[in-house]
Amino acid sequence: MKTYQCDVVVVGAGPGGSMAARYCAEGGMDTILIEKKAEIGAPLRCAEGVSKKWLEEVGITPDPVWIRGDMKGAVIKSPQGTTFQLDESKAGAEVGYVLERHLFDKALARDAAEAGAKIMLRTSATAVIREEGKIVGIKARSMGEDIEIRAKVVVAADGYESQVGRWAGIDTTLKLSDIDSCIQYRMCNIDVLPDYCEFVIGSVAPGGYVWIFPKGNGIANVGISVAGQLCTKGADAKYYLDKFIAEDPRLNKGQCLEIMGGFVSTCPGLDCAVDDNIVLVGDAARIIDPITGGGICHACRTGMYAGKVLSECFKTGDYSKKALMPYEKMWRDRMEDKLFRNWMAKEKLATLDDETIDELIKMIASADIKEVNVYNLLKAVKEKFPKVVEGFEDLI
Amino acid sequence: MCLMKVNYDKCLHCGGCVGSCPKNAIFLNDYVLEFNDDCNGCGRCVKLCPVAALSKE
Repeated sequence: MKTYQCDVVVVGAGPGGSMAARYCAEGGMDTILIEKKAEIGAPLRCAEGVSKKWLEEVGITPDPVWIRGDMKGAVIKSPQGTTFQLDESKAGAEVGYVLERHLFDKALARDAAEAGAKIMLRTSATAVIREEGKIVGIKARSMGEDIEIRAKVVVAADGYESQVGRWAGIDTTLKLSDIDSCIQYRMCNIDVLPDYCEFVIGSVAPGGYVWIFPKGNGIANVGISVAGQLCTKGADAKYYLDKFIAEDPRLNKGQCLEIMGGFVSTCPGLDCAVDDNIVLVGDAARIIDPITGGGICHACRTGMYAGKVLSECFKTGDYSKKALMPYEKMWRDRMEDKLFRNWMAKEKLATLDDETIDELIKMIASADIKEVNVYNLLKAVKEKFPKVVEGFEDLI
Repeated sequence: MCLMKVNYDKCLHCGGCVGSCPKNAIFLNDYVLEFNDDCNGCGRCVKLCPVAALSKE
């Protein structure tokens, strides 16, 4: 069997994996980045909307190559049609770009390669290798051949599937209510705002929301998330999305150019995303905004943190859980409170009826919120509808 | 023995069932779903699949 030797093997070349590989390689580590698919960034499993502010934080320079649209704002709607429009002046942090993920992901992988990482496509991890109890690499199938990649540390960036962590003994299993089942159509021949991202909440998408993210030239990503505990018999996501499209005159003459499925976790992150000789990043660590299901910025942040911490470990050769704990501290300091608050808000939102949601959106639209973000919205809700934020009011 | 049936005419290969399986019993190999012996037929994947591509044998 062919065996490769390296300092770190990163499983999965999504944004989290490529960022981890880049920062590991920049830190002087001999880095192998594996991707099970034949093409990085495709097929798509993403709505492609991101905010702007974090890009600088993780060292990514916005590039027109992967920016499909620069949004002016966002629109939040109730099923009754009450609308709250956020404009860029008010929603700086939450408004952003619609990406071309297949190009964005390739750009991040290129950055990793330029930093010195070796990329292996069509290479799928199948197990972790342990010797005397210690993780010493992974087994994989690469272009149809069984191989071993021996490494001092493994970065699990295998996304929602999150199997590497489980093979390593880290429980990444989700509660049913912390899973959103999603489906999305790339639609044309529709009549939607070209530079606003639209979100519709309420019974049209039980426990989740419908999104319409414009891709230019009369094309948009139209998708839906449905909370796991509200899925009943299979194809719930498709049923609700088809129903929404059929009833919306802007969409019901549209045609699909692409159809894709995908799941997101909506929990506040793993209890611990490291163990001896292994680090989990991004969706694999269940670190994703529980209310929006947005995971790209979390993946990039955690990937960068992992790469930086591993580069420090590389100097001493100590990749024990204790030595990796600075990674745990970095992501928690940066994101834990927000993840927990948004998780609580998501739990509550799933219990509200359409009338209450309509009332909430009316109130938010009339309230004078200087800078609109999830936190300030919840603050306004707390004032007018204290019951909605019961149980986590201390975090607001 | 596999307790689940996959309808590949519907499956979008999204991997949602893989990450949702409480037994980590499903593996997505390109376009093929493989179930291992840990599958106890709990049906979580059947309920969650966005296109109803899964059913019990």
